[in-house]
Amino acid sequence: MAKFPPYVGKLERTWHYTYLTICGLVFLYLILPIIMIVPLSFNAEPYFTFTEGMLAFDPDAYSTRWYTDFFTSKSWIHSIKNSFIIAIAATFLATALGTLAALGLSRPHMPARELIMSILISPMIVPLIISGAAMFFFYSQINLAQTHLGVILAHAALGTPFVVITVTATLVGFDRSLIRAANNLGADQRVTFFKVILPLIAPGVISGALFAFITSFDEVVIVLFLAGYEQRTIPLEMWSGIREQISPTILAVATMLITISIVMLASLEMLRRRSERQRGMSPG
Amino acid sequence: MAQADATAGGGAGKLDKLTTADGTPLKASLRKAMRRNKLFAFLLAAPLLFFIVFSFLMPIFDMATRSVENRQIPEALPRTVQVLESWDQQAVPGEDAFAALAQDIQEGAKNRTIGQAATRLNYQESGMRSLIMGTARRADQLEPPYKEALLEVDDDWGDLAIWRLLERESDYYTASYYLNAIDLTYNDQGEIVSQPEYRQIYVMLFWRTLWMSALITGLSLLLGFPVAHLLATLPARHANLLMILVLLPFWTSLLVRTTTWIVVLQTEGVLNDMMVWLGVISNEGRLQMIYNQIGTIVAMTQILLPFMILPLYSVMKGISPSYMRAARSLGARPPIAFWRVYVPQTVPGMGAGGILVFILAIGYYITPALVGGQSGQLISNYIAYHMQQSLNWGLAAAIGTILLAGVLLLYAIYNRIVGIDNMKLG
Repeated sequence: MAKFPPYVGKLERTWHYTYLTICGLVFLYLILPIIMIVPLSFNAEPYFTFTEGMLAFDPDAYSTRWYTDFFTSKSWIHSIKNSFIIAIAATFLATALGTLAALGLSRPHMPARELIMSILISPMIVPLIISGAAMFFFYSQINLAQTHLGVILAHAALGTPFVVITVTATLVGFDRSLIRAANNLGADQRVTFFKVILPLIAPGVISGALFAFITSFDEVVIVLFLAGYEQRTIPLEMWSGIREQISPTILAVATMLITISIVMLASLEMLRRRSERQRGMSPG
Repeated sequence: MAQADATAGGGAGKLDKLTTADGTPLKASLRKAMRRNKLFAFLLAAPLLFFIVFSFLMPIFDMATRSVENRQIPEALPRTVQVLESWDQQAVPGEDAFAALAQDIQEGAKNRTIGQAATRLNYQESGMRSLIMGTARRADQLEPPYKEALLEVDDDWGDLAIWRLLERESDYYTASYYLNAIDLTYNDQGEIVSQPEYRQIYVMLFWRTLWMSALITGLSLLLGFPVAHLLATLPARHANLLMILVLLPFWTSLLVRTTTWIVVLQTEGVLNDMMVWLGVISNEGRLQMIYNQIGTIVAMTQILLPFMILPLYSVMKGISPSYMRAARSLGARPPIAFWRVYVPQTVPGMGAGGILVFILAIGYYITPALVGGQSGQLISNYIAYHMQQSLNWGLAAAIGTILLAGVLLLYAIYNRIVGIDNMKLG
């Protein structure tokens, strides 16, 4: 970083280092709170702060008791199960519907594209508190409130814009003559879709699905309104944990959720590179 | 096709006479193929369109209707409503109105529909619920003449203002939730006036939501600009590594990130502990940095910062470094070159990031609810309050609809600047 062109003066050098320091501080602001949670979740004491033992790296000051707590608690296990059931079902629904719609939207003769696109994107734009309240009113009239199905439908609706956006973006680079070639070689619509189109847009579909999954998995506002006791998810359990009896088990949960985010981020990055390779662009 | 090629130069008028192999006119055949193409494209999008309309737009529409709906009163007090239609509002009405009211209350007490109307009227005038429910409890003792009977149960029934309230709220639709949501109300004469000072809260909350969102947007721009610039100018190898520091928070659960701020900022938290240890503050002088506006602003700025950095980064990535070099070689000093040449080119990124952060901020609920205390609550928190605690759903729907209108307006601006199609994720 220290290679400056010869015309750069002293003042400018000083400014450059100041600028780097500022950036460093912003990065710390972004990442430090998240990283700090990890060691704190291994605290042997029921505190939310570093004990003297922890700072001295005394092994006795660390323990996995909050993780044991989490995995032996009935309500947490219940919420893990719910979170996965709801997120997987919502992802499935969102990905299937979203991919189909994106295929339609990318065809050259789509009628009223702008209007339909803005309707399909709308769940992403409306603040969650409004969606939550509105869905509560409507779903309770048709007996969908406080059911798994209701929460799944709501989460699928929130996830579809991400699928539509990522798949549409992938289709921008899609060579439509491949479809004609497949048809020419005797493939029908179904075979063309599964053997030609789907493998090529797979990175977009999978990253859309990941977005939809994490949207449902982390979502708390809608669940707050729509879920009954039976539908409690991990974020809802955390929410009430933070509001009522705060315990370091929350930090253990948070650490595990951070791990999941890292896995998601890594998979997405991999997909992005793969997709760029397929289109003949070299990664980054 | 060969036929079409051969005569294509002959003018559009002749096109009608061209036919395809099976004898249909080419124009019709083309139109049919086009129609089939359009239909096929639409059919692909149709399932999702139907799904979104059902699971998302209908609820939103339902909420908007609920914000003006007022069926509790005409349904629970049908006779009273009918009699009051021809009332001149000058003096307490006569026996016919009292008789209608008594019958309505008797019937409502029997089939338990009166409670909803009582609650509904209580939103307008506190005391209405106890007046109606008190009367309903003694409904079976009411006998003609009803005027005397009702006045004996509660002499508030002789109050002209109460009859005016009944008359005003007798329609199937009402504007009173919206008036309530902007701190207005009706006075005894039925004119629209401000709420008494102690009940004025929503206008202040809307303003607070706006200025706090603006402040958070400004702070994210201030902090995000240098970082985006660094990411855009570093060689890809370093930039990709640093990008993880932006993307990891972006991908981490909102609830987790809010929790981390509770851990860092609370009075017994990491930051206070550190400052005590460093001797910056005394153990007794621990700072209150959370459960107030500071907590909301610090946490929300950090949470929304990636939404500013990412669009800024993608715009800055497209700015060629040769512009700055050209400015320098033409004699501009670095600050001038930066301000006059570089910054103007980043305006689209600032606009996109700024509106995005602002839209997200004005609808934020979770973070202010957990770290905002009393002074850091935003308008969303009051929607939740009316949904879950006060159960005044009409008011919640009215505030929600106003907020929604604001967001949609901002979004239309965002769409003008960036376009939905250009929205980038991650």
